[in-house]
Amino acid sequence: MAELIRMSAAEIAAAVRGGEVSAAEVTGAHLARIEQVDGRVRAFLHVAADEAREAARAVDRRRAAGEELGPLAGVPLALKDVFTTVGMPTTCGSAILDGWFPPYDATITRRLREAGVVILGKTNMDEFAMGSSTENSAFGPSHNPWDLGRVPGGSSGGSSAAVAAFEAPLGIGTDTGGSIRQPGAVCGVVGVKPTYGGNSRYGVVAFASSLDTPGPLARTVLDAALLHEVMSGHDPCDATSVDAPVPPVVAAARQADVNGMTIGVVPELAGEGIQPGVLGRFHDSVELLESLGAKVIEVSCPHFSYALPAYYLIAPSECSSNLARFDAMRYGLRAGDDGTHSAEEVMALTRAQGFGAEVKRRIMLGTYALSSGYYDAYYGKAQQVRTLIIRDFEAAFERVDVLISPTTPTTAFPLGERVDDPMAMYLADLCTIPSDLAGNAALSVPCGLAPEDGLPVGLQIMAPVLADDRMYRVGAAVEAALDARRGYPLLNDAKGLA
Amino acid sequence: MPDSTTLVSYDEAVARYEPLIGLETHVELGTTTKLFCGCPAAFGGEPNTHVCPVCLGLPGALPVPSRAAIEYTIRIGLALNCSIAHWCRFARKNYFYPDMPKNFQISQYDEPLCTGGWLDVTLDEAGPDGSPRTFRVGIERVHLEEDTGKSQHMGGATGRIHGADYSLVDYNRAGIPLVEIVTRPVEGTGALAPAVAHAYVKELRDLLRSLGVSDVRMEEGSLRCDVNTSLSPRGSGQWGTRTETKNVNSLRSVERAVRYEIERQAAVLDTGKRVIQETRHFHEDSGITTPGRSKEEAQDYRYFPEPDLVPLAPPAGWVEQIRAALPELPAARRARLQQAWDITAAEMTDIRNAGALDLVEQTIDAGASPADARKWWLNELARRANDAGTELASLPITPADVARVAELAASGSLNDRLARQVIEGVLAGEGTPDEVVAARGLAVVSDDAALTAAVDEAIAANPDVAGKIRAGKVAAAGALVGAVMKATRGQADASRVRELILARLTQS
Repeated sequence: MAELIRMSAAEIAAAVRGGEVSAAEVTGAHLARIEQVDGRVRAFLHVAADEAREAARAVDRRRAAGEELGPLAGVPLALKDVFTTVGMPTTCGSAILDGWFPPYDATITRRLREAGVVILGKTNMDEFAMGSSTENSAFGPSHNPWDLGRVPGGSSGGSSAAVAAFEAPLGIGTDTGGSIRQPGAVCGVVGVKPTYGGNSRYGVVAFASSLDTPGPLARTVLDAALLHEVMSGHDPCDATSVDAPVPPVVAAARQADVNGMTIGVVPELAGEGIQPGVLGRFHDSVELLESLGAKVIEVSCPHFSYALPAYYLIAPSECSSNLARFDAMRYGLRAGDDGTHSAEEVMALTRAQGFGAEVKRRIMLGTYALSSGYYDAYYGKAQQVRTLIIRDFEAAFERVDVLISPTTPTTAFPLGERVDDPMAMYLADLCTIPSDLAGNAALSVPCGLAPEDGLPVGLQIMAPVLADDRMYRVGAAVEAALDARRGYPLLNDAKGLA
Repeated sequence: MPDSTTLVSYDEAVARYEPLIGLETHVELGTTTKLFCGCPAAFGGEPNTHVCPVCLGLPGALPVPSRAAIEYTIRIGLALNCSIAHWCRFARKNYFYPDMPKNFQISQYDEPLCTGGWLDVTLDEAGPDGSPRTFRVGIERVHLEEDTGKSQHMGGATGRIHGADYSLVDYNRAGIPLVEIVTRPVEGTGALAPAVAHAYVKELRDLLRSLGVSDVRMEEGSLRCDVNTSLSPRGSGQWGTRTETKNVNSLRSVERAVRYEIERQAAVLDTGKRVIQETRHFHEDSGITTPGRSKEEAQDYRYFPEPDLVPLAPPAGWVEQIRAALPELPAARRARLQQAWDITAAEMTDIRNAGALDLVEQTIDAGASPADARKWWLNELARRANDAGTELASLPITPADVARVAELAASGSLNDRLARQVIEGVLAGEGTPDEVVAARGLAVVSDDAALTAAVDEAIAANPDVAGKIRAGKVAAAGALVGAVMKATRGQADASRVRELILARLTQS
């Protein structure tokens, strides 16, 4: 049997089911790996070692009792610190929630526990999921396992770094503007934004309610699909949850075949502003798909050019309201409560101290955009753009099964490079934002290394609403072909921890 | 100080100015659960015991709307003759306040569930010709929103947040479904503006009770009114600047608050100043209003569609089902009963104002005549309820009990005094009227043999009175009747006693 931390989730689950290894051993190996490398990667904000060991032993006991184990029972997982967890803190990467222990589990947390998935701990993130590098975390950035001097992407950079650093075979993130796919791409792992509403948001601390989408991070497309099926499904606690069957993503990942499919290249996302090496790997992917039997055509989506500005009105508007609850009255940080300040002043002092610069920037942007007299010109107009982007997707999916583009304009950038340049940081989500606005599914799969910096490049595959299975089919085909060509998984080339 | 406490007399004020009123009424729905979570919506409870992550607005928690609350709102909208939206949305109203867990309230903004209805209201005072005065109050909108928690500000003089040492917040009320009913501006009321406001809230209260959507207890805050008032010089054809008076929490206060604002605004306008558009607070004790937040520096609530909820699109078939199941509405019911009982509008108003309509109807259903049912509830029982400081409906006596007492009295088994004793016994928990009659031995003595002896004794004991009667002064018989009644401890049939006395003293 391979080294435990190098095994895929599917392999671990099979080995645990077959009694070849105990869940406790698997968890122990991953906790040891965290111990060994996380001082450098800083993927985790909180490692729940005791709880993880106990959860693993519970799986072992269930197996010993002859119970049937689910498809991911005994598999360790790194959970983004935006999901509420009983017994573990939930900070959202913010000082304002430092030390908050939620009294309830998110629906996804509960589903993981019920499935016997072992939650190793809570991973770092840009504060309240606002950012593309984890540098907006109040607790310091995470580091990219390919090059510790570079960002792991964000906002789910802690989960993507943990998966890439073999600290966990599975991670969970949330994608609001690209926060799963972008860190997945720059860490060389698979990142999936399922169809909006396919995964419950109950217990996911909200950034932008109409965009936030929980989804899996994994080292293989099949692992991502297995996790997708465990996480997904209708949740009566989330009014925006879709009451529809989960698309057959595991079967699609196993099918891994694009023969006869029509695939559209979106020129608006594959030209200007894209790093040459990223574009090169993207063009290689197009050729690869054609060689695998797909028909590739160009499909213009003219309104995608307006996606970024529309996003930066809608997401801040919603966040300005969602984050209003952090006011020191009921939980979290409280500043200025020394008897000399009014409740209103305590609220203001707490928010001034507890929120970081990017969060404040977006709250102010959103507050402005929703203001009386500006609403129509900003929030209202952005919603119209959103409708046009949805129509672009609908028209495109009349002609093709899936759309493809690079996941990110560049590979992982150096820590500190963009912290003082919000616009440059925002551009990291250029290619991912359209699917967030439209709510359709999208997946990033590693498609090679950019020659100029030797860093991983992601191929984004976008599928229609509730047709998530299609992108798994394509992603798994690309993954299989590239692994076969290379002779080993791409992550073997990650040298940051060597 | 813009808060001029100079008043103009009411008659002068309405002689010079035309009042315009509008009412916003908040009603807590009587659903089992809160609007967006499964917590009980019941009034009271130990502080912060009816709470969960959703109604506490904990990070990550999400609202899921209650079907019952939506159905109740549609019921109200239909009863108020509104159109029900085919598609509408909840919106967030953003402002910071400690008793609001999320610092936004889920409400409805430009897409309310119900729009464009009316309510006909009847004033207590009849018109100059004696016919009832009715007004049609236009309903602008009816929408659904969540209630906030309740703050208690400790240590300050005013009970307001400013100046308090500390504040306590109870979130039991947070998330209870609240329906807001907004009238159109009510024009043309003239001097009757306060009475129309009063009649509207009363009619609305009765309507909501009949719909079974709320217990409508104003003293518990389940119905709260904001009253908008403005004045314009008579004949100007323009609307004046309005004030919004909050904290108007009883029917009487509605009337007083409008009246006070008319007197106050008239004084302001008389001195050539302008009325400031502002929120004012009504004080129950003094009956005055004082300024609150000025609307001119009002906050911007930054409404936007609630992204945690999907649009609300009640299917037409469901709305029609709700419409078909509406009960008879109070005004129609009053008209029907007034005719059936053959009483005047004023008499019906008395019954209604006493809160006795259901009780009188049930008593009549139990066999009493309309006159008897009215008499007992509005006189003896109203007096006792008043003495006990309770409502009629809370008295421990059933309409069936009252009907039985009336029946016993009508058949001559009880006289008025005995009947009152029976009622007293029932109220004291001694059992049904028949049980009280049996236990206390209360029955009219109409047996001539028993009465004749008592009559003879009375005649013997009062020879001078007897003499007067014999001499033709029949009116003097009252004294002898009283003596017999006393001797029989009130159980004699007084009219029979009188007959026997007269027969004895005038026969020979």
